[in-house]
Amino acid sequence: MTSASTNDIEFRSVAKRYGSVTAVSDINLAVPKGAFVALLGPSGCGKTTCLRMIGGFEQPSEGTVHIGGQPMNGVPAYRRPVNMVFQQYALFPHLDVEQNVAYGLKQMRPRIAAAEIARRAQEALEMVRLGGFGKRRIHEMSGGQQQRVALARAIVNKPKVLLLDEPLAALDKKLRTAMQIELQSLQRELGITFVLVTHDQEEALSMSDLVCVMSTGRIVQVGPPQEIYDRPASLFVADFVGKTNRIAATIDAGTNSIRLANGVGLAKPASANGTLGAATVALRPEAISLVRDGAATLQGTVTHRIFLGSSVEYSIDVDGLGDFLVTADRRSLDESDLAEPGERIGLSFDPNALHVFPA
Amino acid sequence: MQAAMNTKRNLVTAALVAPAAAWLCVFLVLPFIAMLVFAFGERAPEGGYQAAFTFAQFANLPTRAAAFWNTLVLAPAGALLCLLVAYPVAYYLAVKANPRYRLILVSLVVVPFWTSLLVRTYAWMYILGSRGVPNLLAMIGIEDVRMLNTPGAVLLGIVYGYLPLMIMPIYVSLEKLDRRLLEASADLGARPVSTFFGVTLPLSLPGVTTGVALVTILLLGEYLIPQLLGGGKVFFIGNALVDLFLQSRNWPFGSAIAVTLVAVVVVVLMVAMRIAWKVAGTRQVDLV
Repeated sequence: MTSASTNDIEFRSVAKRYGSVTAVSDINLAVPKGAFVALLGPSGCGKTTCLRMIGGFEQPSEGTVHIGGQPMNGVPAYRRPVNMVFQQYALFPHLDVEQNVAYGLKQMRPRIAAAEIARRAQEALEMVRLGGFGKRRIHEMSGGQQQRVALARAIVNKPKVLLLDEPLAALDKKLRTAMQIELQSLQRELGITFVLVTHDQEEALSMSDLVCVMSTGRIVQVGPPQEIYDRPASLFVADFVGKTNRIAATIDAGTNSIRLANGVGLAKPASANGTLGAATVALRPEAISLVRDGAATLQGTVTHRIFLGSSVEYSIDVDGLGDFLVTADRRSLDESDLAEPGERIGLSFDPNALHVFPA
Repeated sequence: MQAAMNTKRNLVTAALVAPAAAWLCVFLVLPFIAMLVFAFGERAPEGGYQAAFTFAQFANLPTRAAAFWNTLVLAPAGALLCLLVAYPVAYYLAVKANPRYRLILVSLVVVPFWTSLLVRTYAWMYILGSRGVPNLLAMIGIEDVRMLNTPGAVLLGIVYGYLPLMIMPIYVSLEKLDRRLLEASADLGARPVSTFFGVTLPLSLPGVTTGVALVTILLLGEYLIPQLLGGGKVFFIGNALVDLFLQSRNWPFGSAIAVTLVAVVVVVLMVAMRIAWKVAGTRQVDLV
């Protein structure tokens, strides 16, 4: 089968049930070799269950998970060519840093010589920039350091696939950003497949080259980050990935226009296809520009302004449509830098930036 | 201000500690001092204690070597045997048992405590006595098996009587064990047996040392089980003490034995703690 050589992980019609509760169902996913894929979704969407089925901690109730072309049903975790960075790391508290990293090497059969184990453990520690920390005890390490120990422990066995279960959730924002970059360069360096589970859409978009958005136990969209963001397959994806403004609208048969709830008619965007009747339209906050022009498509009153440094977020009460979120470059208005709360303002946008979904 | 607060806190602490301290002082420290004094004295002609300063009682200790031997061998052996039986039970309860029934199963471990150990040990006397198991064996042709009044019988009684005390601390330490550590171990390629010896066992060692120390210390003062299941043949220091204090009224010699036993217990405790600290790293270990 050709897929064996190009896909590191494949879910084929996988479902997982706990008694009468269905955790995930109808999962079909192919992860190409060397990809960095993110399973993204709100908590309870089944992304962790999918990860645990790759790791071998859960067995699918239906279907098969393939790793490197091999079906993995019934193969226990300790026989799988994958390693995992656990949420909160699950480092062994009774072992020091080096022993934690060497743990996987010591399980290898045939056995590896002690000197070789020490050398490889040291190498892995240096890879995560913890070269001099081998003799430290786990509780003497900071959160960020523990994170990197967990990483070193997981890559030391040279797995085909590295699984990461919300690896950055426990870190503060600055450290998280640094680790995102570190993980990306590590992945390029190792050239192995990374599967990341996260509920943080920013993390998923910035790190991975394939995003798999999940909701209530199903995959709702798979694609490169840009495609997920620019062409969300459903209102859920539009809402969950990035911020979005929802507008109620109707599309009448025959006309080539779309009518918003406040009566404003617009040219039908190309993406609207065959959608007819009641619809919900999604519009990204950064797709809107503010104009001091009474003839703009939509008019509204600025209610709040949040200054974010390089950009500004406005909350605008649009006539007949309610609250809108607009993200603007701080110099987007010609005459002055910023719009003031209470100011009447026009909103203009390219109708093709609208995403139309059946209501 | 700070000093006043500290003083107040110290007073509260003192008030909380006082009852226990007074109790220990009257019923433990003072008697112990009395014993220490007695141990260097002489037996009065009519029995009891007579003031003197002599090491004669300690020089006499070898005459009770058998009691020391039995105690110092059978107590740790009983504790270790107890451990071997208790660990799988605790493991099952903490790791394998269905959480829904766990509480019921754990309370079953404690149920025997509702009946006096005396009664339960008497039951063993009948089971192991000539009309018990040996009688059954005789019916299938195995004659003349003696079970009662042997070291084996005492060990059996010890394991039976002290099992719950061993199970509980091990159960507690296994129950707190983070399940994800076991998954991490499997993820890194460890087979179940390797996971057990590499993660589960080391992380449950605080419970193991607590259980072993607890049972050993209690066994060092054991009287009942050797009395009933060992007859006059397998006796512990506890039995020797009862003899000396209540029968021959040789208080100084009894005191010397008791003091020596306490010294031994302290040494055992220190060694156990040292081991516990070593294996558990810098983590807090609670003995008893």
